[in-house]
Amino acid sequence: MSAPLSGPGSATRTPGREPARPGLPRTARHHAPITATGLVVKVVLLGLVAGIALWAAFPLIEAGHWIGLGVLVATTAALFYLYLGRRHIPAKYLVPGTLFLIAFQVLPVLLTASTAFSNFGDGHRGSKDDAVVAIQTSSVKQVPGSTEYALTIATKGDPATGPLTFLLSDPKTKEVFAGDAGGLRQLDAGAVTVSSLSGKITAADGYTVLNIGQASSRSDAVTALIVPTDDGAIRSNGLTRAYEGKAARAYDAGCDCIRDSESGKTWTADEKVGSFVAADGERLSQGWKVNVGLKNVGAVLTDPNISGPFFGTLAWNFAFAIGSTGFTFLLGMAIALALHSPRMRGTNLYRMLLILPYAMPSFAMLLVWRDMFNTDFGLLNNLFGLDVDWFGGAWSARVAVLLVQLWLGYPYMFLVATGALQAIPRELTEATSVDGASPWQSFRAVTLPLLLVALSPLLIASFAYNFNNVNAILFTTEGGPFAPDNPRNGATDLLITYTYRLAFGAQGAEYGLAATVSIFIFAIVATVSAISFRRTRKQEEVYS
Amino acid sequence: MTSIAQTPAARRSRGRWFAQVGWRHLVGVLAVLFSLFPIMFVISAALNPLGTLSSTELLPTGASLENFTNLFDRTAFGHWFLNSLLLAGVASFASIFLSALAAYAFSRMRFAGRRIGLLTLLLIQMFPQFLAIVAIFLIFTTITDLYPSIGFNTPWGLFLLYMGGALGANTWLMKGFFDTLPKELDESATMDGASHVQVFFRIMLPLVAPILAVTGLLAFIGSINEFIIANVFLTNTESKTLAVGMFGLVAGERNNNFGMFAAGTLLTAIPTVLVFQLLQRYIVSGLTSGAVKG
Repeated sequence: MSAPLSGPGSATRTPGREPARPGLPRTARHHAPITATGLVVKVVLLGLVAGIALWAAFPLIEAGHWIGLGVLVATTAALFYLYLGRRHIPAKYLVPGTLFLIAFQVLPVLLTASTAFSNFGDGHRGSKDDAVVAIQTSSVKQVPGSTEYALTIATKGDPATGPLTFLLSDPKTKEVFAGDAGGLRQLDAGAVTVSSLSGKITAADGYTVLNIGQASSRSDAVTALIVPTDDGAIRSNGLTRAYEGKAARAYDAGCDCIRDSESGKTWTADEKVGSFVAADGERLSQGWKVNVGLKNVGAVLTDPNISGPFFGTLAWNFAFAIGSTGFTFLLGMAIALALHSPRMRGTNLYRMLLILPYAMPSFAMLLVWRDMFNTDFGLLNNLFGLDVDWFGGAWSARVAVLLVQLWLGYPYMFLVATGALQAIPRELTEATSVDGASPWQSFRAVTLPLLLVALSPLLIASFAYNFNNVNAILFTTEGGPFAPDNPRNGATDLLITYTYRLAFGAQGAEYGLAATVSIFIFAIVATVSAISFRRTRKQEEVYS
Repeated sequence: MTSIAQTPAARRSRGRWFAQVGWRHLVGVLAVLFSLFPIMFVISAALNPLGTLSSTELLPTGASLENFTNLFDRTAFGHWFLNSLLLAGVASFASIFLSALAAYAFSRMRFAGRRIGLLTLLLIQMFPQFLAIVAIFLIFTTITDLYPSIGFNTPWGLFLLYMGGALGANTWLMKGFFDTLPKELDESATMDGASHVQVFFRIMLPLVAPILAVTGLLAFIGSINEFIIANVFLTNTESKTLAVGMFGLVAGERNNNFGMFAAGTLLTAIPTVLVFQLLQRYIVSGLTSGAVKG
């Protein structure tokens, strides 16, 4: 099938004077002369690359990221080698896109895959040392005789959003400090201004001091900021005072455990789960990141709390993707067939109006549909005098979601079906009717097979897209309705929205598990697509 | 006499007209009604002087521009609109250029690793980028520390990220279209002394204009609608895109802000509909012919 080319110039008009000679080497092996424009463009682009590399190098050097610097230098050198030489022509065309692909797609995917074998998530983010520091600082209590400071809240960034720093002055020794979650540093007394009245720091070089209004609007962040010190930590007490308290819990390297100095209870480190566990099974909430091997994979397959929803969701996910693709295709094709007639007038007008849903911003229209399904004042219930709680029941929610998908997707199918129909030679269908076939027979025997051949790659692509169509669910039902005993997984959840909730939901983030489910999703989509592509038997042609 | 004779004939011909053409118009009108009624609802909500969901009917009950003025006065809609246009425009342009380069190499050159490269692209594009969002978040936390100007809350960071998906999304479609162009074209140009760069820019690119238009349009629509990654990236009110900003409008206040939201939807639709009508003639030929082989 060949659609007409609309570009300037026609494919059959050969610009060269001589016909191609089959005996000669095919392309660019013998070098064309270098043109002045080409040279200028090359110099400018390579200069740009060098400039960007220089710009990128300084922060790396400053922060001491030597590996990053090495990658940068190697990449830049490779680019210069590639574009200054005359060899490796295919690479010259592939490298620009591939660089972005590796940096922002392959790398994140690999990182995701590696977290699938860890317990990374809330409470298991950093190293064991981080966990120990977090446990110690959060157990800090004020004890008699602890040092008190006059507190000033400051930041190096924007007063409303920048990371907070405590500026502390010790009224007894007159020493001044700056402290944040990284620790305490003594400041040069000459660089700060201390009020003689309150003993507070009123200005410090390099810091913006928050006024009382700004500080109180961020009081939660102030309370949460704990400055670790050698034998405890400094916490705020209101917005103007701070104290250095003693940590009730401390790490004991001898028994590799956390000991509470008041109760004497100990929690021993368990390297398998990345937590401190007491003899009675109690776990401290601050743990660390460890490798858990195939535990997440096992959990997806065997844990009834996870595998039950997983396979249920998988079934609905297939139904959703097939339904979204199938219904839009059927409706789009039916309308395209109806409008495809030499005697039809005004097809252009119909087409222009029909495809408007495709041109509307889909995120906004999904939200509009959500509100049209609203039980109390939604348009659909008002218009038809219904009182259906659309998103309340599992099946009505599924029907609603598919209806929305149909509305959003059928104009696209209508467009491509129209294009494919126009490319089917009219003589074919006319020949069948001369042979006495009914319109239905001729559609089944001639038109439909030809349409499917032309459109099956698009149908597969549409299936793959809808399989992971987050917006369609997130903007409408948000995965609901949820069964009362299972808030993790709703009736219209796709695997991907389920994963999204696992990773970012209110239940606490479980990135490790979410990454495992991501890999499952990837495997499923890849398998289905591979099978379908093989079945379309276009492979040979594609690789020719 | 003639009038008596014509009546049954006319009735019969009207019946035949319906059987052959009329029902087609009926289907067309029904389809247009289905397509347009939600859009009608949005228009009606945007013009509704009360601006709430509960007071909006299918047909406009009033004609007030209050929702539009509120949108600009009370929210940073102007910023969102410009951010989205800039981001979607630059990103779709750059991404079709990157994938056109790659498609040219895959279609016209034979080299080691070509087949593997094509298959890898197909596989990688099936891994939805947003599933890797935790990793992306960690990577960009480092980038924000080192280079604040391309980190969080900047359109450039998001732009770089969208470029990561450029090759996977469009290369196959474009390669299919490049394959349909006869090889004799570039061969004869090479005979005449054109370099591979000249063949690409002077001969191939003009001929593949339809597929460039289609992929450009798809990329444009895609980035206007992208929400998940942008939502993690852009937290400052003024740096948000339309999808993130407008979602915030109705996330908390579903009923009261609906009028403003509808007005915003209509304004958002303007650039897409314009681009769409502009490129419409390319779309049908581009999608179908590229798809046959891709």
